[in-house]
Amino acid sequence: MPDRKLRILVAKPGLDGHDRGAKIIARALRDAGMEVIYTGLHQTPEMIVSAAVQEDVDAIGLSIMSGAHMTLFPAVIDLLKEQKAGDIEVFGGGIIPDDDIPRLKQLGVSEIFTPGSSTQDIVQWIRQHIQPRA
Amino acid sequence: MPKPPARRTQKKLRPAKSLRTARSPRAARKTSATGARKSRPTARTYDAATVRQLSSAERAWLQGEVARSTARAPARRTEFLTDSGIPVPTVVTPAERAREDQAELGLPGRFPYTRGVQPTMYRGRLWTMRMFAGFGTPADTNQRFKYLMTHGTTGLSTAFDMPALMGYDADHPMSRGEVGKEGVAVSTLRDFEILFDGIPLDQVTTSMTINASAIVALCMYIAVAEKQGVPMEKLGGTIQNDMLKEYIAQKEWIVPPRPAVRIVVDMIDFCSRHMPRWHPVSISGYHIREAGATAVQELAFTLADGIGYVEECVKRGLAVDDFAGRLSFFWDVHNDFFEEVAKFRAARRIWARVMRDRFGARDPRSWQLRTHAQTAGVSLTAQQPYNNVVRTALQGLAAVLGGTQSLHTNSLDETYALPTEESVTLALRTQQLIAHESGVDRVVDPLGGSYYVEYLTDEMEKRALEYIRRIDEMGGIIRAVEEGYPQKEIGESAYRYQREVEQGERLIVGVNAFQSDREEPIQILKIDERVAEEQVDRLRKVKAERNGKAVSAALARVEAACRGTDNLMPPVLEAVKAYATLGEISDVFRKVWGQYREGGIF
Repeated sequence: MPDRKLRILVAKPGLDGHDRGAKIIARALRDAGMEVIYTGLHQTPEMIVSAAVQEDVDAIGLSIMSGAHMTLFPAVIDLLKEQKAGDIEVFGGGIIPDDDIPRLKQLGVSEIFTPGSSTQDIVQWIRQHIQPRA
Repeated sequence: MPKPPARRTQKKLRPAKSLRTARSPRAARKTSATGARKSRPTARTYDAATVRQLSSAERAWLQGEVARSTARAPARRTEFLTDSGIPVPTVVTPAERAREDQAELGLPGRFPYTRGVQPTMYRGRLWTMRMFAGFGTPADTNQRFKYLMTHGTTGLSTAFDMPALMGYDADHPMSRGEVGKEGVAVSTLRDFEILFDGIPLDQVTTSMTINASAIVALCMYIAVAEKQGVPMEKLGGTIQNDMLKEYIAQKEWIVPPRPAVRIVVDMIDFCSRHMPRWHPVSISGYHIREAGATAVQELAFTLADGIGYVEECVKRGLAVDDFAGRLSFFWDVHNDFFEEVAKFRAARRIWARVMRDRFGARDPRSWQLRTHAQTAGVSLTAQQPYNNVVRTALQGLAAVLGGTQSLHTNSLDETYALPTEESVTLALRTQQLIAHESGVDRVVDPLGGSYYVEYLTDEMEKRALEYIRRIDEMGGIIRAVEEGYPQKEIGESAYRYQREVEQGERLIVGVNAFQSDREEPIQILKIDERVAEEQVDRLRKVKAERNGKAVSAALARVEAACRGTDNLMPPVLEAVKAYATLGEISDVFRKVWGQYREGGIF
């Protein structure tokens, strides 16, 4: 299915309620022709992974402002592997210090978009790096 | 230019009777055409002859100098708008202000308080420089409080971590990775004892930014003060406790809106009886704005929230003048300088009329909108972080020119993390410079009478009243929130703003204009996982040492109050004194009313 629309799960893990960014990204991806599912707020890694598997998405975008990124990103990636869904790519953004980015990438996060990234950069990155899963 | 005859007409001033009094010429024509309001005597700022003379001069000027100048160098934009979308004329003159009425401006400290709530404003006392702080363990934050106090901060302001804000203890699975990260970690009264150790609570005023679990935090504060020998009657400060804006914007909640508002009303009721120096709710536009609202939306939704609380208190049977004087507000201050100044002025005028005319308040204190302000976190950029110091200075100045009662200035590094000691000091120094070097403290409302600022004040008022009318028609703010109306309006504005930035219609220095290739990294504050371990250890110890039976009995009384109509403050106070945890008390709320969830609409 080469022309299948990309399916992206935009997720807000953890307790922080700052969802302006997540919602803007969700709208921008939808406007760019992708199918977008937004989890809503205060999701546990378990809830996010279960939604991703159920919805059969191609990638998960995590938005984290609370400083809990070093805990939550790895938790989602580990759970995906456990669910044999390790091919779902995980990217993300939010308040994430530059110093933490190399470590996150080592842990399996595909890309991190920090404040000031444009929605078009994100759309373009997704188009280049995410393929519909077989 | 002829002098406006303001002084002569002052004696004739009479406050308007109707909330829907129209200010701008266009609105005035519209309302009189529909016969919506009766005419009343006015005290026009500008006399008719002056206006006529200026109008014809202005026409000639537009056709002459302006036309010639635009022919040589066209305007940079086809139309100029404020950040809220209010049209900005080339210049505003008395010709546009023909109907300006001195009753709308009044005098500082007099109804409708457009020019400020105090007669002498900063000549008497400067605004409170209240730097928001909280991170790591209670001991870490206690140290930061003491540091800020030795550097001239004049009020404490506490940030709590996400688990505390959402009603979870440090050891709850939902708290993973979040303990002490965005604020100070607290689970029990023991944490509060450490947080305020060595700080005499009868000598400082404390602000606590906490909402869904505010009742627990306030009770812990009362209990700590009691241990210091300070009775609650003497405690001064503010607890944010504005649940409506949580559903609208900040999204930190425990239970659904109606029971949440019931707890807020319990607290307002209790404080009005027992804590005369306490502000039991700080009706907050800040988070609404940060979530992407325009200044007009911030103004409108916040005042609508305020109206909602007053309505609920009145329904409870409270007399409006018994509590309204203790309500306070909290505004964001964003980049559009004059629009921000106008927002403060319009807010005071609308609130004064709402309280007097809609709710029948008689006590002038009930009419006065007192406010805290914070510079816009959302306006800060990760790129070229030192630019944030300049942004914050301009925003802080706007808040002061708007007549704020207290101010927090953000630090340059806050797009990355909580601020370091150095950056928070620079932010505090920014306020001190405004206060002591700029000279703006010397006169009350220096921008009052500015044609443009008065024009914007009128426009913001008109547009906010239109939103408030729509919300009234929907059945009030609680219903509007349940239907997601403000949330949707804010989402639209946030998306529009982002698109304007990405399309280059709106320039953000360092982000989509004037970028630098090389940027020096800045120091940022890191919170390590030791904080979580330390908090969980202390929590375990407290649980082991406390009287389990007393805790269960106290929690049962909290539950009984939740299910009935008794005020929740006394049983929650009793529970925290027995070292029941914040999570345990919140669990009772969840058990009785259910956990609130918002759908994934975007």
